[in-house]
Amino acid sequence: MPEAPLVITAPTAPTKTRRKAPPALVIFGIGWLMLMLIVALLADILAPYAYTALDLRNRLSPPILLGGTWLHPLGTDELGRDVLSRLIYSIRTSLLIAFGATIIGAAVGTSLGFLAAHFRGFIEQAVLALVDFSASLPFLILALAVLAFFGNSLLLLVCLLGLHAWERYARIARGLALAAGTQGYAAAVRGLGASPWRIYGRHVLPNIASTLIVSMTLAFPEVILLESGLSFLGLGVQPPETSLGSMVGYGREYLTRAPWILLAPASTIVLTTLSVSLIGDWLRDGLDPTLR
Amino acid sequence: MKAGGALLEAEGLVRRYAMRRGLLGRAVEVRAVDGVSLKLERGRTLGLVGESGCGKSTTGRLVLGMETPDAGRVSFDGAVMPQPGSAAWRAMRARMQMVFQDPLGALDRRLPIATQVGEPLEIHGIGARSERAARVETLLRAVGLRSDQGARYPHELSGGQRQRAVLARALATDPALLVCDEPISALDVSIQAQVMNLLVDLQEQFGTAMLFVSHDLRAVRQVSHRVAVMYLGRIVEEGEPDGVLHEPAHPYSRALVSAIPHPGRAGQRIVLQGDPPNPADRPSGCAFHPRCPVATSLCARETPALKARPDGRLVACHVAHGEVSAGQGHARQEAA
Repeated sequence: MPEAPLVITAPTAPTKTRRKAPPALVIFGIGWLMLMLIVALLADILAPYAYTALDLRNRLSPPILLGGTWLHPLGTDELGRDVLSRLIYSIRTSLLIAFGATIIGAAVGTSLGFLAAHFRGFIEQAVLALVDFSASLPFLILALAVLAFFGNSLLLLVCLLGLHAWERYARIARGLALAAGTQGYAAAVRGLGASPWRIYGRHVLPNIASTLIVSMTLAFPEVILLESGLSFLGLGVQPPETSLGSMVGYGREYLTRAPWILLAPASTIVLTTLSVSLIGDWLRDGLDPTLR
Repeated sequence: MKAGGALLEAEGLVRRYAMRRGLLGRAVEVRAVDGVSLKLERGRTLGLVGESGCGKSTTGRLVLGMETPDAGRVSFDGAVMPQPGSAAWRAMRARMQMVFQDPLGALDRRLPIATQVGEPLEIHGIGARSERAARVETLLRAVGLRSDQGARYPHELSGGQRQRAVLARALATDPALLVCDEPISALDVSIQAQVMNLLVDLQEQFGTAMLFVSHDLRAVRQVSHRVAVMYLGRIVEEGEPDGVLHEPAHPYSRALVSAIPHPGRAGQRIVLQGDPPNPADRPSGCAFHPRCPVATSLCARETPALKARPDGRLVACHVAHGEVSAGQGHARQEAA
């Protein structure tokens, strides 16, 4: 009997900010992204074939749903390469590029925006000039020039795509930091004697994070599409390496005869970008205590 | 710490802003603060009153060192104010704090109140982690908040409670000087009185010197030991609050005092002629002369200095010092 009161008191402890379970669509988004991450990490184990392995006897064989065999569940392409295996490796490459580039862009842009807002004067003018320069330069020309001069590597491609949307973050970060700095909480915290690191890291960044996160969820699909565009032009991921974008690009030629080559990576792109947008939306609301 | 003596001294503070009219207009210089000197002793309160745009908030920021004056100097506890943003300036924040007009804007809406009240302790490395929580609780209680309200976010509190939280944060490091910039004007009338009483209580408890910036004369009288009236970037009158409020010497203070509504007393308000002057186009001589009911031709030519009268009141007015007999007002004189 002595245990009885303990059992009763434990659950009545005040759990004031109990989080609601995320909505079904968000759970789906999280699930899908987890799946994508697992696929990307375990690509070597999961893929039934190597992505370059040819099976010339089974060229353009359809997936199971269209009357194919279990030998190639998602069918094969014009060279008899297994679409499932290529899809798995493509997910790895594309996720690496898209996440890497989005994070690089957000980090570079936000830092430069904060620098501009903090120092003002010459540094601000320089950053703004760079922003205008970057916004007015067609990105494809820049990409062409860089990739032509420095050759093509995955790391370079990620960094290059990271530069794609940095000016957007820089503008947002600078504007919001200025607004916070002249009036309100940032000025108040400065008046408390806080260092710039604390002001921007502890106060300004969390306060503008919602805007940045939305911006990131918008940029993420753009990066995937941009990568496919570059790959299609032969500037992105080089064969025999493969990515979702390049699979779509090469599958285009067989759209009428073998649509599965294109449909598998295309639907992966759609579902992944949709998941990122859904999670981003949910995160933005969840991170804001005023909306809880 | 030495007992008594001036904690804060400001001499001849000038702050100019460049203002541009239109896209290609010439930059016009606006003197927001034009030669303000003040002195504040430990544990005392100086009230700074004036209409909006007269430079009282700018004076508050200059005194705190949030802005650098274009001329003049501020010394705090005998030391000259360091450059804003420098390490010495930051360390000095522990000794001087500000209370803002808009408490919701001054609080970070993403952090709970207790975290924000404890933040100055964290910044200045005061106390161990465990002691800080206890200190935050003491502070919250001192300003009349319950300790469980520390877990709330700013938007979950009422306006008065938010201002209390801002006060608790400002008092966390036990500062010697508190600059209150219109601390009650964003609050409800019923809450105003509570916050005013709280300020007086806290000053007794902590011995903090205060610079109380407000346009509310009665609020200023309630908390201040001295009152300074500002007009267009200058102090025009300074003295004991009861004296200044009962028999104001400067014509502007007189008009300001007569604007306080009194129940059962009507018909003696002084309504000033004309608009508040444009600080970019300051009138010659005494800046108040175009609106002054007793201005003379001397007032339009010569700027009166802030001098002590025999009774100790500081006034900047030719007429109040008896240098010239009261005129009919400049504008009416010209028309005649």
